[in-house]
Amino acid sequence: MAFIEIKGAGKSYGGNTVLRDINLTIERGEFVAIVGYSGAGKTTLISMLAGLVTPDTGTVKMNDLEITDPGPDRSIVFQNYSLLPWMTVYENIHLAVDQVFPNWPAERKKQETEKYIAMVKLTPARDKKPGELSGGMRQRVSVARALAIDPQVLLLDEPLSALDALTRATLQDEIERIWSENKKTVVLITNDADEGILLADRIIPLSAGPGATLGPAITIDLPRPRDRKTVNHDSRYKAIRNHVLDYLLTTGARQKTVINRKLILPDIEPEDLSTSVRGWHFGRRPVRRNEIKSESVEVSS
Amino acid sequence: MNKENQFKFDWMILPLFAAVAVIVLWAIVSSIHGVALPSPLKTWEASKLYILEPFAKRGELDQGILRFTWYSLVLVVKGYALALIVGTPLGFLLGVSKLFTKSLDPLIQVLRPVSPLAWLPLGLILFQKSEPAAIFTIAICAMWPTVLNTAMGVRAIPQDYLNVARVLKLSRSRTLFKILIPAALPYMFTGFRLSLGIAWLVIVAAEMLTGAPGVGGFLWQEYNSLIYEHIILCILTIGVIGFVLDRLMSMVEQRFKTA
Repeated sequence: MAFIEIKGAGKSYGGNTVLRDINLTIERGEFVAIVGYSGAGKTTLISMLAGLVTPDTGTVKMNDLEITDPGPDRSIVFQNYSLLPWMTVYENIHLAVDQVFPNWPAERKKQETEKYIAMVKLTPARDKKPGELSGGMRQRVSVARALAIDPQVLLLDEPLSALDALTRATLQDEIERIWSENKKTVVLITNDADEGILLADRIIPLSAGPGATLGPAITIDLPRPRDRKTVNHDSRYKAIRNHVLDYLLTTGARQKTVINRKLILPDIEPEDLSTSVRGWHFGRRPVRRNEIKSESVEVSS
Repeated sequence: MNKENQFKFDWMILPLFAAVAVIVLWAIVSSIHGVALPSPLKTWEASKLYILEPFAKRGELDQGILRFTWYSLVLVVKGYALALIVGTPLGFLLGVSKLFTKSLDPLIQVLRPVSPLAWLPLGLILFQKSEPAAIFTIAICAMWPTVLNTAMGVRAIPQDYLNVARVLKLSRSRTLFKILIPAALPYMFTGFRLSLGIAWLVIVAAEMLTGAPGVGGFLWQEYNSLIYEHIILCILTIGVIGFVLDRLMSMVEQRFKTA
């Protein structure tokens, strides 16, 4: 029995199908990356796993139990950190620990909180508020909070996409380190194929929306720890990368939409200039009704 | 010009110039219209006693200006406290529940523009005494900015914060105290500040109508005794106190700024 199982899940918002026919199984301890276009419905997909969104069709199960509500067994790291700005780093994490382990003695809660702050190397910033931290530091707090409640699955919703390239690389290494230390099941949503390949055991492309669905999963059998510099020249890495990008680009190319625009075409009949119109036009003559022509143009979305 | 001098220039010298200009204008107008508008000098002469002995009590209707102000402030604080006690929870309910908003919003929009002068007689009928009537009027007039801003603050709480509460499965009361209140606090304080401004406006009107001792009562009494200088003294006092209250409130607001 798979640990997490999504079967035929779909979701639409007000008649727009965002996701359709999503099938996915994840084993315990696995690191799965889902890569896709922005706006394709990646966040909807991970929200389904978190229980923040319920699918219209199909089922989402964990340990053979249907996911209906959010809960601390599936903690989620949001793209925009979602830290509470009026609390310090310590308080943000302590709130989570205190809520999920209410029976622990105060001393243990404190130790646990400190432990996770230390894990993401933020002990010096313990009493700072999120507003005083850089983006990378905030995301580390968010990761620490997610891990501190000892979840069964860690859901990462584009956790690094708001960060600069250097911070991103450091945090990617940190995520890999934390994953290998904790051996949690991780689902990473990203728009960066390289990030997915570098971190995950398995990468699955999500086709372009609307009506996005998952493409074929690709197992990444590169040995760990993977080094960013050497892996770039690895032929298997390149093959996986091409495969993922090909899939994304071909599904993306199919998404064309037709929009209608109103165009004002130039008047080719000579004007009768003998009578001058005075008054409200201030040098510009009014647009005539028969000049407004409708035209369809094809644009790629 | 260095930064400190620039600051002095902007915040002290320019306003001082403007004040002097207005006083000169006042002097010119009063020299033309001498009977109706007392000159700045005459105003000072007549008000000196009230300002230099601000807490003196020479009789029921003849007291130092700050003593009168104190009476007014006590009443304002009572009415304002009542406004906050009623207004804040009401605002929260409006912010949280759509049903509540839909049913109460039209009523609030109708009651909000009603003048304090219209509420006061109703208060007098209900309570038969001037003090509770004034408190009632202050509370009911000053409540609305608190109600509406609190409701807006609760509605403006980012979904992210609520998601945190959902993922952690925070209880209702914990969500309220750990997330809803801190997140809505900046909006709430804006409401509190606006409410205080209105409370101060209302007290003067209420005192004028009830004749209770206070700045407004003093103003009305001096108008009836034809001592116009004291009217100007009262106007200036009301303005200065209103300004100080607003500053104090915005200092508190800064202190509680969360984001």
